[in-house]
Order: sequence, then structure tokens, then C-alpha cells
Amino acid sequence: MSAATSLDRLDVARIKADFPLLQQEIKGLPIRFLDSAASSQKPQVVIDAMTTYYETINANVHRGVYAIAEAATNALEASRVRVGRFIGAPNPETEVIFTKNATESLNLVAQSWGRANLGPGDAVLLTQLEHHANIVPWFQLQAEKGFEIRWIPLTPDAQLDLTDLDTLLDGVKIVALTAMSNVTGTLTPVQDLTRRAHDAGALVCLDACQYVPHLTTDLGDMGVDFAAFSGHKMLGPTGIGVLWGREELLDAMPTFLGGGGMILNVTLDGFVPAALPAKFEAGTPPIAEIIGLHAAVDYLDGLGMDLVREHEVSITAYAMRSLTERFGDALTIHGPAEPAMRGGVLSMAMDGIHPHDLSQVLDEHAVCVRPGHHCAKPLMKVLGVGATARASFYVYNDTDDVDALADALADAQSFFTF
Amino acid sequence: MPGLEDLYREIILDHYRNPRNRGELETPPATRTEGFNPLCGDEIVVYLDLDDAGVVGDIRIGGTGCSISQSSASMMSAAVKGKTISEIEALTHAFKAMMSIHESSLDTDGESGEDLPSELPEGVKLGDLEALRGVVKFPVRIKCATLAWNTLAEGIGQATADT
Repeated sequence: MSAATSLDRLDVARIKADFPLLQQEIKGLPIRFLDSAASSQKPQVVIDAMTTYYETINANVHRGVYAIAEAATNALEASRVRVGRFIGAPNPETEVIFTKNATESLNLVAQSWGRANLGPGDAVLLTQLEHHANIVPWFQLQAEKGFEIRWIPLTPDAQLDLTDLDTLLDGVKIVALTAMSNVTGTLTPVQDLTRRAHDAGALVCLDACQYVPHLTTDLGDMGVDFAAFSGHKMLGPTGIGVLWGREELLDAMPTFLGGGGMILNVTLDGFVPAALPAKFEAGTPPIAEIIGLHAAVDYLDGLGMDLVREHEVSITAYAMRSLTERFGDALTIHGPAEPAMRGGVLSMAMDGIHPHDLSQVLDEHAVCVRPGHHCAKPLMKVLGVGATARASFYVYNDTDDVDALADALADAQSFFTF
Repeated sequence: MPGLEDLYREIILDHYRNPRNRGELETPPATRTEGFNPLCGDEIVVYLDLDDAGVVGDIRIGGTGCSISQSSASMMSAAVKGKTISEIEALTHAFKAMMSIHESSLDTDGESGEDLPSELPEGVKLGDLEALRGVVKFPVRIKCATLAWNTLAEGIGQATADT
């Protein structure tokens, strides 16, 4: 195996060594994990943080008066503040809500804010880039509340077409948009769009799932009103997501899930909700996962998010260049042509080979990519395809991974050549 | 590439490259049924023309999908043309048995959870469809192979409900 070429300032060889899963071989070959847009791998420090919690301070939070219960509570609240700082939340203690995943976070916004604020005559503005998690909750609520749903269309290279934005924004109460597409890697102009949405009297709910793990995030700077993301896409565990919202909005919103932990008082006549953030955190939270997320954020900050982004732009550029040189017109890469305009996500179409078949051959080379519609069927329709094969990059991917992908694609091409 | 030849047999690739009975039928008299594989986005459309005697007069396949779903649909269309509903049911059960799917999961109204007999019922011939046997070694792809058959079953239900 040749030594991977270093393209940037991130020490990928050292980083790779931090991930136990990436040390193994599949079918006698080193694993080439190119599916981080679906879920990332976890460094040893994240796994250790969760194990240490279970081995030393495992106890329910916000209740016990004994030492380890207090330690568990402190660890949970420390993670909240740490995660909040990582995303530039102005008030992390109250504005960072822990959920199960970004999907639950977006459902919370729709079911709580949406239910209280949307009705006939109102409109919700989505983009054609959205993941089903930022579409279906709005459809669910629409069936009940009867508001209109509109869509920001796309340009041919899968960027938002804002030509008619002013017309589209008329009567809109909330814009729900992705910061980065999980299919095309398109980075959307969040700041600019948010300013225009606010001018039109609309709030902005950001699906930041593919953004927070890969770029420096400053929600205060972006100006959005809500943001949702998942721990498992940013080196953290599954089962932990975050909703960030502006305090005055969260304060005014009705409760979402009911149960223990989210109340101030319960009587035979009803209940009084707790203050933020407990108000939106019913039941025992995923404590180990919250602690694991803290470790993941520490790890990412240790690398430096500016270097993470630099690395992803360079490996994406390397992949786009080398794949295009090797396969020419036989390979289509959807989305913006300029690597700096996108994240490290390549949705590919190989002439004459269905993505499902392509991914099957890649699996024989221990190259892990994702075939399918990536939970973005409306976008698939706009792209004119039923599915794509998606390769996505993260901090542990190097040029060897890209070269292995290219070799595997060539093998698929010769296998399926008619 | 060891293993891939088990999955992508030559006859499968032939049906993928040259799909049989591709196209549409006028509705009515034909019925049109859509099937989706929510995992991979494959979509299949089955146009079915059942005559009064319950015989498949004609069938056409539309939609897009991978080589396994498309070849399975193509082979299925060739296999069921001219067959009665009960013959098709026997063939469907035989095919799904080959795909290692239990009777109880074939139909929502299935009453028994027993394995299907490995012997084919008398008169049922899988023919080209035997080539899909290798799919069982790639469990993720079984849904690709059965998509057309589930859609056909739905189509038959639709066609018989209409009459």
C-alpha cells in the first residue's frame, strides 16, 4: 500500500489511528469507509468516555443527592455548555436541548412551534434540497393545520435558485432549510437567506446535520432561529441529537413530549412545565451518549474545525479531479462543480450501472459507499435519477481511500460493460 | 471478484440489458400498479391485462431499478404471460421460497409461519428465474428481487377487485 499523499495540514495518518474500526480489514482488504454522511466512525476517546461513565458515575441525572448522581448530572450539563459553545450558541445553558437525533429536533420545532403558530393562510418555505426529516414533519402538520408548503427550486448544479425568493417568502412564517445537502454537498447561503427571511417576517429553522460536523459553526453569526443536528455524524454516538433555539422562542413554545423531568409541578388538575432546557427533555436522557458527544466535540476542536474544512475541500477536490480524469463523461458527479462551494459528499452516477449494483461491486473492494435516495426523494426527482451512489469524506479519509474508490469503480465498469 | 458471479449470472445481465415486456398498456382495460423499494429508491410499474377467465393476456413493466430488480421483473413478465392466477400464485410461492422467505411473510393474510416446501409443486417451473438463486447470499438484495413479485400480487388483487 502506498503512503497517502498529504494534501493539507491535517495529520490523517495519526487521526486514522484513533479510530479502532478503521484498523480492521474487510475481505482481506483495508476498510475504505466513505459513508460518514450517513454516520461517522467514533474515535477511541468517545468510546472511552462512555465506558468510563458506565464504569464510574452511572446514575440517573437531576435527581439523586449521592455523589455519583451529582457527578453524572454535572457531566451532562458540562456537555450541554460545551456543545453550545461549539456551535456559537449565545445561551448554551438554556438553549441547547438534547434530543434523540436531528429528526426528533425538527419534529419538535414542527409539533411545538408549528402547531402553535401555523394555520390556514400561512405558508412554510422548504428547499428542494431537503432531507425527508425536514419535509415530512411539515407535511404531517399541514394535514392538520391546513397551511401552504412552498419550495425553493434549484439551479442545474443543485444550488438554491433564489430568483423568485421575494415572491416565495410572501406570507411565509418559517423557512426550513438545510445548511448543506446530504446528497449533493451543496452549501446554502444561510446568512443571506436568513436575513431576507427575517425581513419578510419569517423565522428560519436550519437542518445543520451535515454542517456542524464539517465546518466552523456560529449560529449567532448565521442569525437562524432554530438549528438541528445529530451526534453520530460528528464522531459522537448514535441516539443523541441537539435542537438549538433562540431562548425567547423556546420559552414561548408549548411543551412537546410529556413525562418526568419536564415538569415544575403536577397536580390532579394538570401540570406546570419546567423552565428551559428541561421543559423539552422528558424522561431519562441518553446520559452516556451526551457524555460521548462532549468527547467528540473536544476531539473535533482539538483538530481545529478550520483544518477539518480545509482537509475536506482538498480531498473533495482531489476526488473530483482524479475521478473525472479517469472516467470522463462515464461518471456524473451531481452538485456544484467547485469544491469550495460544497461539502465532502459526492453523489455519483456511472453510465449503465445502477447505484445499487455499483455499490455491491465496491463492497467487494471493502469500499463502503451508500446507494439509494438518501432520504431525499424530491431532490432525486429534480436530479432526474431514482438513486445515486454516494461517497462522503471525513477527517480520517485520505487519498488512498479515494484511489481505492477509483479502482473499485473501474472494476465495476469492466464487470458491467456490455 | 469472488462471489459477484453468484449474484450477477449471465442470464440476469441479459434480462437487465434486454428487458422483456418493457412498456405500458392502456388502462383500462389493463390495471397499473406501482411498487417501491423504500431502501434504494427502486420503482416498478406493472401493467396487467387479465382476461375474463383470469388468464394474463398481457403484461408490461415500467420503472427504474438495479439489475436484480429489473431482471427479476423481466423474467417474471415472461413467466406469467398466459398463466392463470392460481398458476401465478404457485409460481410466486415457489420463487419466494427460493428467496428463503417464509409463507407467513409472503402475504399480509398468511396464516402459517412454516417454511415453504423446498420441492416445487408439480407443474411449476422456475426456468430462467433459477438464475436469481444466488441473491440469497446477498440478503440486502432479496428485496430487489421480490419487488416485481409483490407489485404483481398487488396488481392481481386490484384487477380481480375491479371485476
